[in-house]
Amino acid sequence: MKTFSLGRIVFVVFCALVLLYLILPVLIIVPMSFSSTRFLTFPPPALSLRWYEEYIGNAAWMQATRVTFAVATLTVLIATPLGVAAAYAISNSKMRLMRIVHMMLMLPLVVPIIITAVGIFFVYAKVGLVATMSGLVLANVMLGLPYVITSVVAGLQSFDPAQEMVARSLGMNRLRSFFAVTLPQIKASVLTGAIFAFISAMDETVVGLFISGGQYQPLTKRMFTALRDEIDPTIAAISTLMTAASFLLVLIASTRQKKSG
Amino acid sequence: MTHSTPDLSLRHHRREQGLMLALASPALLVILLLIVLPVGWLAWQSIYHDGFTLENYRRIFSEAIYWRSFSLTFQISLLVTLLALLLGYPIAYAASVVPKGWSVLILALVILPFWTSVLVRAYAWLALLQRTGVINQFLQYLGIIDEPLALVHNTFGTVVATVHILLPFMVLPLYATMQKIPHDLMQAGASLGGSPSHTFWRIFLPLSLPGVLAGTTLVFVLCLGFYITPELLGGGRTVMVSLLVSRNVELYDQWGAASAVGVVLLLGVLVIFLIVGRFIPLDRILGQK
Repeated sequence: MKTFSLGRIVFVVFCALVLLYLILPVLIIVPMSFSSTRFLTFPPPALSLRWYEEYIGNAAWMQATRVTFAVATLTVLIATPLGVAAAYAISNSKMRLMRIVHMMLMLPLVVPIIITAVGIFFVYAKVGLVATMSGLVLANVMLGLPYVITSVVAGLQSFDPAQEMVARSLGMNRLRSFFAVTLPQIKASVLTGAIFAFISAMDETVVGLFISGGQYQPLTKRMFTALRDEIDPTIAAISTLMTAASFLLVLIASTRQKKSG
Repeated sequence: MTHSTPDLSLRHHRREQGLMLALASPALLVILLLIVLPVGWLAWQSIYHDGFTLENYRRIFSEAIYWRSFSLTFQISLLVTLLALLLGYPIAYAASVVPKGWSVLILALVILPFWTSVLVRAYAWLALLQRTGVINQFLQYLGIIDEPLALVHNTFGTVVATVHILLPFMVLPLYATMQKIPHDLMQAGASLGGSPSHTFWRIFLPLSLPGVLAGTTLVFVLCLGFYITPELLGGGRTVMVSLLVSRNVELYDQWGAASAVGVVLLLGVLVIFLIVGRFIPLDRILGQK
């Protein structure tokens, strides 16, 4: 099959170009963030950490970074137990009602984000949750739940529930048997779900645009506002850091998953 | 006492079901309060304003600005889906037939952008496509153009960035389907005298159609409600439906109109999922997200 026909060459070149199109924009932000000038020129006149200094030295950016990390961390701490409990229930129940519950829990993936954002904004405006930390965390918990549930339901599929039965027949109560027998075996899928919920909260933009404000603005909202006005290379530095954080987390998730087979 | 056993197991069954519902209820409560209630409220608001009224719907179906936006959104989504399929199918095909090391590399190049923030990618495209951006500078350096091209702040820039962001949603379900197509089938086709292109068109392509359906549905639906790229790269000219919703809220304080547009968009999305759900299970589409 090693015929280098014209068709094959065209195919390979085409695929290479498409892959370049996919990866180039992700990579281009790195040299931009280290450039010493405001405008991107090739080759970059000199390397500098100017934009990173700008980012770290700016109180507003730092405050937004703190908000983003606090929101993402709290989101994971709340969404993970809720999602694991729901996934456990979904896997262990054959009720028709539970199938409907499962479908409803996937709603955040189905409803276009702009509709969710406007709807939440409206409800928050009525109950006074606009521009609050709790409002931001709650919305992100809702958006992160489907990731945790999907991941853990998949993890529980390869788990034999009879093992938990054995532990219970030996005198453990249900809760203890879950923590002693089931949880250690689905650990990887729980971690994957938690990491995806964290990334989802870190990257979330549209809902934050509508419901956040004042001192509780996440990084993405400040970036969005900055991008609407002008192209500030500080954003390249922040983008590079955000992308590095995402990749690191995905890497952890995928190596963990491999380990547990 | 013999008949108490089924009674006992029934009671046990009931208790078990009650426990499972209780376990799912906190998550369900979050969903009910933060998405069902808000969207329901939105729908209510679109038909109720000091009494029932269909005024909002009458408006969005009669005023040109709404019509134009709906048709533009539909056209852009169609174009983006088509482009994503044209670019994504060969990539998924390549990943499914090359040796493992290469397919890992191809998939990594697809997944890395997938896990990069949409906002970061929108920014990268702004930097690449703007008048003083990399692409214009490069083309001028080569002497292909004298004046910088208007590559962004228009529909072109929106489409380029949107395809980029949604392409992984096309490739991943395609690859998941193609990976399961047994290679023996192609070999059998070839051994019976089928040319490579013949076996591709007659065997591989038909078997990959479920993946095509899943990928195109996901990309189309996501594109219908896309907000960040048209807002940042559209330059105010590419008013897609999502922008119409946000402007009605932010600029004009027209909640009723925004709600009605949102309801129409949501209904469109749900109808598409319902129709496609008859052919392939929905979690296969949503599993990629």
